[in-house]
Amino acid sequence: MSPLDSDIAHLLAGSMVLLSFLLLYQDRMFALLNVFALHAFALAGSVAWQATLQRAPHLFITALIALLFKGVIIPVALRRIVVRLGIHRSIDTVVSIGPTMLFGIALVGLAIVVMLPVTQSESEFVREDLAFALAVVLLGFLMMVTRRNAVSQVIGFMSLENGLVLAASGARGMPLVVEISVAFSVLIAFIVIGIFLFRIRERFDTVDLRALDLSRGESL
Amino acid sequence: MSASTGSLALAGLLGTPALGALLLAAIPRYRVAAALNVTLCALTLSCAAALYWDRPEPSLYLLVDDVNTVFLLVGALVGFSTSVFSAGYIAHELQTRRLTARDLRFYHAMYQLLMFAMNLALLSNNIGLMWVAIELATLTTVMMVGIYRTSAALEAAWKYFILGSVGIALALFGTILVYLAAQEHLGQGMVAMAWDRLASSSASFDPSLLNLSFVFLLLGYGTKVGLVPVHAWLPDAHAEGPTPISAVLSGLLLNVALFALLRFKLIIAGNPHVLAPGPMMVTMGLVSVLFAGFMLYRRRDIKRMFAYSSIEHMGIITLAFGLGGPLASFAGLLHMTMHSLTKSAIFFGVGYISQLEGTQRTADIRGLTSSQPLLGWLLVLGVVAIGGLPPFGVFTSEFLLVTSTFARAPWLAIALVVGLLIAFSALALRLHGLAFGATDKRHSLPAWRLAPMTLHLLLVAAAGVYLPGPVVAWFRHVASQLG
Repeated sequence: MSPLDSDIAHLLAGSMVLLSFLLLYQDRMFALLNVFALHAFALAGSVAWQATLQRAPHLFITALIALLFKGVIIPVALRRIVVRLGIHRSIDTVVSIGPTMLFGIALVGLAIVVMLPVTQSESEFVREDLAFALAVVLLGFLMMVTRRNAVSQVIGFMSLENGLVLAASGARGMPLVVEISVAFSVLIAFIVIGIFLFRIRERFDTVDLRALDLSRGESL
Repeated sequence: MSASTGSLALAGLLGTPALGALLLAAIPRYRVAAALNVTLCALTLSCAAALYWDRPEPSLYLLVDDVNTVFLLVGALVGFSTSVFSAGYIAHELQTRRLTARDLRFYHAMYQLLMFAMNLALLSNNIGLMWVAIELATLTTVMMVGIYRTSAALEAAWKYFILGSVGIALALFGTILVYLAAQEHLGQGMVAMAWDRLASSSASFDPSLLNLSFVFLLLGYGTKVGLVPVHAWLPDAHAEGPTPISAVLSGLLLNVALFALLRFKLIIAGNPHVLAPGPMMVTMGLVSVLFAGFMLYRRRDIKRMFAYSSIEHMGIITLAFGLGGPLASFAGLLHMTMHSLTKSAIFFGVGYISQLEGTQRTADIRGLTSSQPLLGWLLVLGVVAIGGLPPFGVFTSEFLLVTSTFARAPWLAIALVVGLLIAFSALALRLHGLAFGATDKRHSLPAWRLAPMTLHLLLVAAAGVYLPGPVVAWFRHVASQLG
């Protein structure tokens, strides 16, 4: 593998980490959806590059799923939901932006510290790809815990799944079953969430989860 | 001839619930659907029983061995009796208009889909396939927990969904790491995901990758088992969903997640250079027992209370398997079986109690032994059994576990006994108010509806008095494989 090949792979995987940071500080719903679409594009590029390098044509399918499904269909659908519910103004966060970003940087450091030493037997290329993937996964978690709003939690969850797909495509020769299942599970997960948003809307006239936090089930 | 019986049973275990789900989705009449649901579960149970005598050859995707046969049988049995209980339960929900006929159609289809997902998770020989099946099981239960659409039910389902997805994501990352460790030695592709190959050749895998993967897997699948500190979804999901689902969650789904954890434990334990997975499981198990024991005191909701009791018992089972060795693994396996039977029996009773009393608040439920004597006394027996008193089977398994722990780690045994006593006294305290005390209410309930609960408790009592020789030999054999 030439140095240029791995540089391109790094550029694509690294841009996913960068976009995860962008997701962390978006405070407008539409901007959040746009950045998520970019995140999915970066994933598609990254997986397609892996497919070329590994000569694994089935990975192109995964890339295509990421591009069309996560990059186009889901952001469009979510945008429609957001418009219909009238929640496009701003997003409530639990922790303010500054500490969240610092914490995110610490998580990326953690991912590198954890992944690089344990994968010494792997090639340089696989190791760094995995470290990036873990960083994206951890940033997805961070986003899920720092957001109150249901739609942005869903975006956090999907960016986390993008990190998983990045890891799976980086693992050489990992069978297709897993990639398709990951894509498929996102689809199912999305349907579930769609139903949820609907029902939550029916009940509370809001998708702010604080309304749900009031009902602890044991309030008496 | 004999080979085909096994393959037929295997096809039946997966095909019956899968086709059943499609069929039930198309049947609008709930009585027909409920009867069909029971029939399908009975078919699945007979297929699971057939596997005890005859097993098909393992493939790269599916595998039947001694370990998963036990889990399959327990699961199919609890699934069957829950379907019988559910038939009586939902009739009442329909009368009181908490659920509509359309909800029930959805509910029955989801019930069979859940059975399919759990059978697939237990049967799969491919760690990726197992992950997909457990994710499917999670999604179906999320839908069912939210079926009442009250604010509490929605919150419970959302919490379960978010925590469950996070857990499942961690587990997938762990699975990818295991594949990475395996593909250097087994070659790329499907072979490096087949569990039997992984378990037999894990000694040559890279130990540091395996170490890291187990941390992810323990936290990931541990979320689904309901181990502290990643248990937060479990009490809500149990309390707010329909009671048959609480019974299936406690009696089945937690076991399936534990089974996944055990499969990976066997892979990790096969490599001598890896950190032993046992102590991590023992720690999480013990913390769960102690934490759940204390939490039991403050519960005001009857289903929530028994959900915490499930956390306690999953802790005991995880501790037993983490400790390992023939005796502790035997105790863990027996305890898992007994807990599934007893806890689902208790939920059957609790389901009727909350319907008859119209509330789940423990403070509002009094004197069950006089208002509905049969139900009240069965609940007393169930709580006595789950508390670990003789002559029930839970006592046998807890006694075995405590004695084998005393022989190897006395301090651990003391902590475990303290946890068991705390939990038992909390349950005894609540039971007093629920079962005795003055009330002038009188409830009527057809006796047949209590048949599943009676059957489970009879089985548990029988196992406590006398465990038949073949069962002991079978469990001992399985325990030796679990290490």
